Amino acid sequence: MTLLDFARGPALYWSVLILIGGLVWRLSGVLFLPFQRNLATPRGGGIEPVYGAISTIFSRMLPHREFWHRTAVGGMLGYAFHIGLLVIVVGGAAHVAVIKSATGLSWTPLPKGIIALVSGMTFTVLIIVLIRRLMHPVLRLLSNFDDYASLVLTIFPVLTGILLAGETFGSFGLLLAIHILSVTALMIWLPFGKLAHTVFVFFGRGALGANFARKGAAK
Amino acid sequence: MSAPDATPKRASHRLAETAHQNDSARVKAGMRAFISDFGPTAAIFMEACVHCGQCAEACQFYVETGDPRYTPIHKIEPFKQAYEREAGPFALLFRALGLAPRVTLEELNQWQDLLYDSCNMCGRCSLICPMGIDIADLVEKARHGMFEAGLVPPDYLGAIAEKERSTGSPFEITQEHFRQTLLEIGKKYGVEMHVDEEKADVVPTVSSIDIKMFPASMAAMARVLNHIGVSWSFRTDGFDADNVSLVAGDRKGQRAVTEAIVAAAIHCKAKTLIMPECGHSYTEMRWEAANSVGKRLPFRVLHISEYLAECISDGSLKVNRVSQSCTFNDPCQISRRSGASAAPRAVLSALGADLREMPDGGDMNWCCGGGGGVALIGRAQALRDKAFQIKMRQVEATGADTVYVSCSGCRQTLEHGGKKFQWNKTVGSLLELVSDNLATIERVLP
Repeated sequence: MTLLDFARGPALYWSVLILIGGLVWRLSGVLFLPFQRNLATPRGGGIEPVYGAISTIFSRMLPHREFWHRTAVGGMLGYAFHIGLLVIVVGGAAHVAVIKSATGLSWTPLPKGIIALVSGMTFTVLIIVLIRRLMHPVLRLLSNFDDYASLVLTIFPVLTGILLAGETFGSFGLLLAIHILSVTALMIWLPFGKLAHTVFVFFGRGALGANFARKGAAK
Repeated sequence: MSAPDATPKRASHRLAETAHQNDSARVKAGMRAFISDFGPTAAIFMEACVHCGQCAEACQFYVETGDPRYTPIHKIEPFKQAYEREAGPFALLFRALGLAPRVTLEELNQWQDLLYDSCNMCGRCSLICPMGIDIADLVEKARHGMFEAGLVPPDYLGAIAEKERSTGSPFEITQEHFRQTLLEIGKKYGVEMHVDEEKADVVPTVSSIDIKMFPASMAAMARVLNHIGVSWSFRTDGFDADNVSLVAGDRKGQRAVTEAIVAAAIHCKAKTLIMPECGHSYTEMRWEAANSVGKRLPFRVLHISEYLAECISDGSLKVNRVSQSCTFNDPCQISRRSGASAAPRAVLSALGADLREMPDGGDMNWCCGGGGGVALIGRAQALRDKAFQIKMRQVEATGADTVYVSCSGCRQTLEHGGKKFQWNKTVGSLLELVSDNLATIERVLP
């Protein structure tokens, strides 16, 4: 078995299994806690909490204007690398091919030049995010192993993807194997650390939105 | 005016019911109290943080001091660590790999000033969090833990919380004392008082700050209710809504205060319970009381500003117009946290006041700095004064001479800060403004 066979085979298989199993376990441990019925008379009854949950999931994508001037730098960096990662994953030709083989769904990939540009930008922004986390007093204080591990494990697939696309060193097979392994590492860590915000972001915003809508409070 | 120094102070000594127990038992009691009322929502909040640090930018204590320790989510850090280690979905894994070390009493002690002195539980951070974490709710739960670990700041939040638990009133005001006080106020202000009537449609409650510092507000309450012509009565068996226990983290005391008021209102078959100009007492009675007593309340709970707005709207309360420019300081718990920010504006509009909104006002208002029991912690004064600088800038920007409030905690903090920094602004109560400007109405006697 070559390294590429390992990456495409057992590594990918087990990492997907750990990703799904880990997320299901973590979500179950939270969502199946005893639920206490809220007996307070709501200000916004009926479907208001449901509407509040759904609307907050979307509205929290943008900060309230009162906060924007204080959070612009962090906010812009966040948008930049999240959008960058999305464009690479759903727009890169190789990724489109993988998605097609796995799901049957297919669309026209973005031109290679654009993906290269976005990849370079995303990588640069992620490095800035890492440096900022090391330098900013608040971020430095808050940061733990999970924060740095999650960031490094996100940077790796972007970096290996760039190296792969440029066929920079070694054989294509080796570069592809390294790239796939970097993705499997990301998937294995995702359910255990803060990368799980990929699912918890919906639950967090939804829970707050529902609670606050019930009270008629500002969301 | 100069900005005061706000060096964070360590806890001076411990106040504890569990003080006689060993450190480990106290930590365990604290952690149990923290997670005991955890449902899916609180657990989701614990899991969702990405450590982006944006909550710091919504907190007046961080904004005014630049000290990263005041980052709101950092304030619950030891509890987060304990949750991951003991109660989270991967607790076993975290323990096995040593990823979440055991929390010590000393660590909790070091966090005391973060959880109490530098958090107004104002919930501004809950509005900035991109993950939607209600950090103020988690701080409230963390305070449950701190209380059970015997780590409430003793001077003098802990001391008066203890009094509230044992007597039902943080200032040990007895039923008879309250009754006499009301009768004296009635006589002094020339207003008819209704006390302990067997049946009353409307039951007003008071804040002990009103009894101690703003007795005119109780006369104003009586005058306004008499004007509206509703059947009403103060109840000496359930009057003090202050609920210092809530901000101290004492759930038993919190429940006792609530149960007394609920029982009193039920006893006289009240249809409406009016909460005084006080923030946390409103959130407790409006959102927590039914859950505390385990049943839906058979009466409505309204903040006095909501009741005034409702009576103006239905025509039972008529007011004269005042020609005055003013601004309004939204109490966090009533406006931002409970969705009642429209009510005081409707009242001021009916009065014809020239309301000048503060920058970042309304639901985004900055806390006065005294909320969440911070006004009751002696050693927090320098930090509180520091946070107060934002409030002064906000009010200055409106150009108004008078700040109206509908929370006696805000009123006390604004008056105190005003005196300290020789501020030329007048602080007034919304209820008293209405009471002073009641229109003469002719009632048709049956």
